[in-house]
Amino acid sequence: MSKELLFKPRSNAIARLILLGGIGGLAFLFLAGERGKWSSFITDADIPVAQPVPFSHQHHVGELGIDCRYCHTSVELSSTAGMPSTHTCMTCHSQIWSESQMLEPVRRSYKMNQPLVWNRVYRLPHYVYFNHSIHIAKGVECTTCHGQIQRMPLTQKANSFYMKDCLECHRNPDKKRIKKQSIQTRHLTDCTTCHR
Amino acid sequence: MSQIDGAPMEISEKYWNDPIQRRQFLKLMGASLALAGISSCSPIPPEGIIPYVIAPEEIIPGKPLFYASSFVHAGFAQGILIETHMGRPTKIEGNPEHPMSLGATSLFMQANILSLYDPQRGKSVSHERLPSNWEALEKWMTLQQATWKTTLGKGVYILTGALTSPSFLAQMEELRSQFPKLQWHSHEPVSRDSIYLGTQMAFGKPLSPRYSLKACKIILSLGCDFLVDGPEALRLAKEFADGRRVHSQPEMNRLYVIESSPTLTGAMADHRLPRKSAHIQNLLGLLAQMLGLPLQGEFHAVISAEDHAWIKKVAEDLKRHPGVSLILPGNTQPAPVHALCQILNIHLGSQGKTLSFIQPPEISPLFTQNSFQSFISDLKLKKVKTLFFLDTNPVYTAPDHSAFQELLSQVPHKVSLGLFPDETAAACNWYLPAAHELESWGDARAADGSVSLIQPVIAPLYGGKTAPEILSLLLGRPGSSALGELKNYWNRRNSKMNWKQALHDGMIPETTFSPLWMPSPFSPSIQKRGIPETLQQAFQVKAISGLEIQFQEDPTLSDGRYAHNRWLQELPKAMTQLTWDNAALISPMTATQRHLKKEDVVELELLGKKIQAPVFILPGQADDCITLHLGYGREAPDHPHHRQGSNAYLLRPSESPHFAFGLTLKKLNKTYPLATTQDHWKMEGRSLVKQGNFTQFQKDPTSIVPLPKPRETLLQALGVDGSEAWAMVIDLNVCIGCKSCTLACQAENNIPIVGKEEVLRGRSMHWIRVDRYYQGDEQAPSILFQPVPCMHCENAPCELVCPTGATNHDTTGLNQMVYNRCVGTRYCSNNCPYKVRRFNFFQYSDFKSQSLQLIYNPDVTVRSRGVMEKCTYCVQRIRSAQIEAEKEMRPIRDGEVITACQAACPTQAIVFGNKNDLNSKVAHLRKDPLNYGLLDEDLNTQPRTTYLAKLRNPNLL
Repeated sequence: MSKELLFKPRSNAIARLILLGGIGGLAFLFLAGERGKWSSFITDADIPVAQPVPFSHQHHVGELGIDCRYCHTSVELSSTAGMPSTHTCMTCHSQIWSESQMLEPVRRSYKMNQPLVWNRVYRLPHYVYFNHSIHIAKGVECTTCHGQIQRMPLTQKANSFYMKDCLECHRNPDKKRIKKQSIQTRHLTDCTTCHR
Repeated sequence: MSQIDGAPMEISEKYWNDPIQRRQFLKLMGASLALAGISSCSPIPPEGIIPYVIAPEEIIPGKPLFYASSFVHAGFAQGILIETHMGRPTKIEGNPEHPMSLGATSLFMQANILSLYDPQRGKSVSHERLPSNWEALEKWMTLQQATWKTTLGKGVYILTGALTSPSFLAQMEELRSQFPKLQWHSHEPVSRDSIYLGTQMAFGKPLSPRYSLKACKIILSLGCDFLVDGPEALRLAKEFADGRRVHSQPEMNRLYVIESSPTLTGAMADHRLPRKSAHIQNLLGLLAQMLGLPLQGEFHAVISAEDHAWIKKVAEDLKRHPGVSLILPGNTQPAPVHALCQILNIHLGSQGKTLSFIQPPEISPLFTQNSFQSFISDLKLKKVKTLFFLDTNPVYTAPDHSAFQELLSQVPHKVSLGLFPDETAAACNWYLPAAHELESWGDARAADGSVSLIQPVIAPLYGGKTAPEILSLLLGRPGSSALGELKNYWNRRNSKMNWKQALHDGMIPETTFSPLWMPSPFSPSIQKRGIPETLQQAFQVKAISGLEIQFQEDPTLSDGRYAHNRWLQELPKAMTQLTWDNAALISPMTATQRHLKKEDVVELELLGKKIQAPVFILPGQADDCITLHLGYGREAPDHPHHRQGSNAYLLRPSESPHFAFGLTLKKLNKTYPLATTQDHWKMEGRSLVKQGNFTQFQKDPTSIVPLPKPRETLLQALGVDGSEAWAMVIDLNVCIGCKSCTLACQAENNIPIVGKEEVLRGRSMHWIRVDRYYQGDEQAPSILFQPVPCMHCENAPCELVCPTGATNHDTTGLNQMVYNRCVGTRYCSNNCPYKVRRFNFFQYSDFKSQSLQLIYNPDVTVRSRGVMEKCTYCVQRIRSAQIEAEKEMRPIRDGEVITACQAACPTQAIVFGNKNDLNSKVAHLRKDPLNYGLLDEDLNTQPRTTYLAKLRNPNLL
């Protein structure tokens, strides 16, 4: 009677391996997910976005020292900072670099009365209502969220722009600033401050 | 119904009878879990930013701009402010400086924005039902004009609705000087004819009476729904409400109403008498005799003892208040009633105080019924060769529409201009898409004669043109601009006018008509001369017997001109709470007598014409009287939801368009489902609407609302310190139940419509509903309204049961709803005692129709399927006020945040503000002895929305 055993001794080892591997695998997946969520592969942070004209904040802001508000005119007034009209570009570029191949799309836009279409770098979900003007009024610098923009040859997202990034300040606002700008700290973490 | 139920039953039975198989269950669950994970991983599609080439100076992106313009209904203008975001109109508010808006809006004004973006709008010129273009039309017109030059325009007819535009008249006069034989007729299905015929009967010339309720103490309405109906309703409602605000004055006006079908005005009455429309003439006759007018007639013979006593009370009250009273006749009442009412008003010394007369503001043929009749007789005589319909739809609204259609078919050339390819367009050779009011230049007079301007806030979406532009084409000036014509006209009339200022205000100054004093011979000598002979002859005792049928304008669709508007279709009608349909309204007594139930279909026959309609039993309706609202049962080809309901026009006789006798009613053996949003009538023993009467209030103001008892609670008090604590007070004493708040909220907060099927399942989405209750005798009940938004309870039951924390409190006490946290368990809604939470059972918001994407308020999230939503106290408005205040480092001022419902309210019944600011209006009202919280005494929810109790001022003498 040689009845073959259904489970050989090495089955035990295999079973243990599967169990351990399963748990390990799950743990790995979880950790990878957690880590991956913050990687620029998912958040698009630190990845320059292609634009119709390779506009350099490094050159205009860092080197020439043009104020942010020269182009982003509504940043102190409105929820959106505003994007410069082609006319704004042409105030200088009708005089300097007026022959540059790189600026051809700008000149074409002005001539044909067709707006430039820039690719969005900072994008919030539709249920988030961010207001630039109040942050500027309360002394939050552009670089707090937008990073060292004056060193960016091509514009890229400075961080993940997850809710966590907002809450870092909204939960622990700068003490000096609270006093100086009389910030109403109580509202800062209300849901409807950002979500409506 | 059987078809709908049939198929799915088989499937569901199979599934339910199967024993649950563990393996299959696990498989499905596993797959669901995996798919649920994947579905959250969709990548965010890239998006562009498109700045201007040359930025317009006045536009700051992210900030709305407001433009003054006018809303025109049946010729009359009401001032509006249009909110635009980057050149995209999104919301209509009232113009506070306009005398006929005073900042408030009506239903039709609010809903007008949806008409602009309606996907069903006519998009191109069509000729013989084939797509064509404006050039082809111009070519055809040039050919026509050549022949008109020889015939002097003989056979050319223009049909319009009622119009008041002075510049249109100037164009028309120019056209008539070119083509003297051209004819202009007007057609309004529900017209002001009886007003003008009545004043003509009384004073020898047609006049437009203007009422002032400011100082008015005693008001008698004879079927006149002056609080919501007519070009002056918003102003009258405000003045009426001001006379009832007891917390700011020691007096209160008194309203008597006689009407056949309950209206909003009837619901506000201190004494209401439901009687047939035809009977009102008899009652007025008796009243006139009691007030000492030498009117002949045995009116008392047809009036019951009960009614006699009622009229006597009114007569005595009127006599006690000379000069501060008014008698208002309704538009559906015949001319003699109007004539006698105005004579009585003058007799009671009202002229110059509560009543004045101005010349009629209309420039179109004044007596629309006569005008239309003579047009029809010309049609019969085949005199009509070329016919222009400008913004009017007679094929649907004409009394005998099949005969009218047949007459039309003999006219060789027909052109129809309209916003929608409607029934009339279908009967015409040419259909021309009209420009919407928000796309066009124009002018119109308000009810006081003042000229309001209409300015475009967006270029015509589909290249439509306005009626004045069609006249320019007829004048042979195809290239002329509408703005140019308008500006030239007003510069010619008044060279000193500041055009920019007028455009900014939305009004042209100094154009109000001055009152015409009706010469004194009329009033003192009435005693001597007696009643005018024509009036005496017309004002006879009416024998009333049998079933009466009444044709009334629909409360939400008007005469059918707003049937395309889905906001208005889904807005529950104030009395019936009915959506998407009309019904034959009958009184409970008549229903019992005739063995009718709600939703039974009946056949109505009048003068050989028949229609079918479902029955709706309405407490407060006069017995033996059926009311059918106009505007339903449309036949236009492209509009499936137009077909809902019964077409009352098919039954409407031309000689008596408002009410008629000789109706037979036959019960058919079928039913038709009616979608109502509130099925019960009573408060079921709970004091939801607290009420009392004025004398009781005067004696002891605290006697109406019992003082709150101290309560024990396990819940922690909401931590509210020094800054804002938002609260709302709704004054039920002045709320007229018009639902402007509901529509304003819908427009402001991107609230979707759901359709009849979903309303039947109780899934309508309005954030602020207006509940309606009946009290007392079913035949003549007292009618109460109560707007119910979210109460923002301090002890909110909804918050305790949310598993994801999607609803919770913020530091100002707002009960906030966080859409991106909501997983749709609906526990909150089940636990809400006020039932103000709304759930997106399906994808109700329209993300597909291209034009409808433009209507959304960019400051409010457009909700998706599976998300709970509710009133937020217009948190977007609070936050923007807060941001402005914090930028200036100051607290938010009282009145700086105005919610959408508050802004729209004609009677300013809604007050919103910070209750922690002790000087705010809302804090004062919360201390008023009439203030109470809904269900608060039982549930201890401590609502932030509170009510002021309702008061009536009955005549106790």
